[in-house]
Amino acid sequence: MIEGLNKAFESRVRLGIMAVLVVNEWVDHSRLREVLNVTDGNLASHLSALEELNYVLVRKRFVGKRPNTSYKNSVAGARAFREHLDAIERLIPKP
Amino acid sequence: MMEQDHTKELAHIRGLMDRSTRFLSLSGLSGVVAGVVALGGAALAHYHITRASIPDADILTYGTGGGYTSADDLLIQLIVDASGVLGVALLCSWWFTWRRGHKTGQHLWDASARRLMINMIVPLSAGGIFCLALFYYGLPGLVPPATLLFYGLALFGASRYTLDEVRWLGLSELILGVIAIFWIEQGLLLWAFGFGVLHIVYGGVMYWRHERGPVTREA
Repeated sequence: MIEGLNKAFESRVRLGIMAVLVVNEWVDHSRLREVLNVTDGNLASHLSALEELNYVLVRKRFVGKRPNTSYKNSVAGARAFREHLDAIERLIPKP
Repeated sequence: MMEQDHTKELAHIRGLMDRSTRFLSLSGLSGVVAGVVALGGAALAHYHITRASIPDADILTYGTGGGYTSADDLLIQLIVDASGVLGVALLCSWWFTWRRGHKTGQHLWDASARRLMINMIVPLSAGGIFCLALFYYGLPGLVPPATLLFYGLALFGASRYTLDEVRWLGLSELILGVIAIFWIEQGLLLWAFGFGVLHIVYGGVMYWRHERGPVTREA
């Protein structure tokens, strides 16, 4: 029954991060926090988990004098996300 | 129960994808108010043009050009009218959209709003400069179709960053603009229809579709 579901996306936050990244260009940390409505620490831990899986790319740079971290999905991340969505869709019976 | 969870999950994902790319707090009431203001402005412009009543005025120039005439006053009055309408309409639209953003919890100036603004401002600025040039060359009769066309292009292009209805509004303005450029005698009337009636109609539809009933706040 659960074949194809990706363990990495069991958390709603991680699923949310991928959903936002696949339809946007580079998204910065505060924007992600705003859209997903999660705390900084929570978001950071999920992001680093996705980073370890090579599902997201990280870009650190300075905007003026302030450090700014942005994220983007990797090709592998987008594929994993799509496969996970397909798996969910298969679980829903066709009307 | 499991199935319901998955359906909810998909809806949640779809919502996130939409909300992170589109500016969805645009209020239909903004459109309605902008439309009413536009109708008022068109009536005022019509009053000024009739009052100036330059005999045998050319439809492109309204009798302007060729030394100082009462038509030069008319030109200034029309520019003042237009700026006033633009200012009041923008202010009211901003207010209603701000109010709605407040309710839905979407920040008025987030990345999606910025993207929408940029995609509107670039074509509209070009259009604005073009219209000022038309005034400069003494061709105010061409301004109504030009504003309809540029506004239609801006809406059509920017619609992917906001509510779907905006695409249809843009297309309608473009069609009116094309009609107006060949039916120049009725330019002001078509302008009033495009900026007044269409705004009210589409604004009403947007309000009716998205803003009635309980407000869904961001998760």
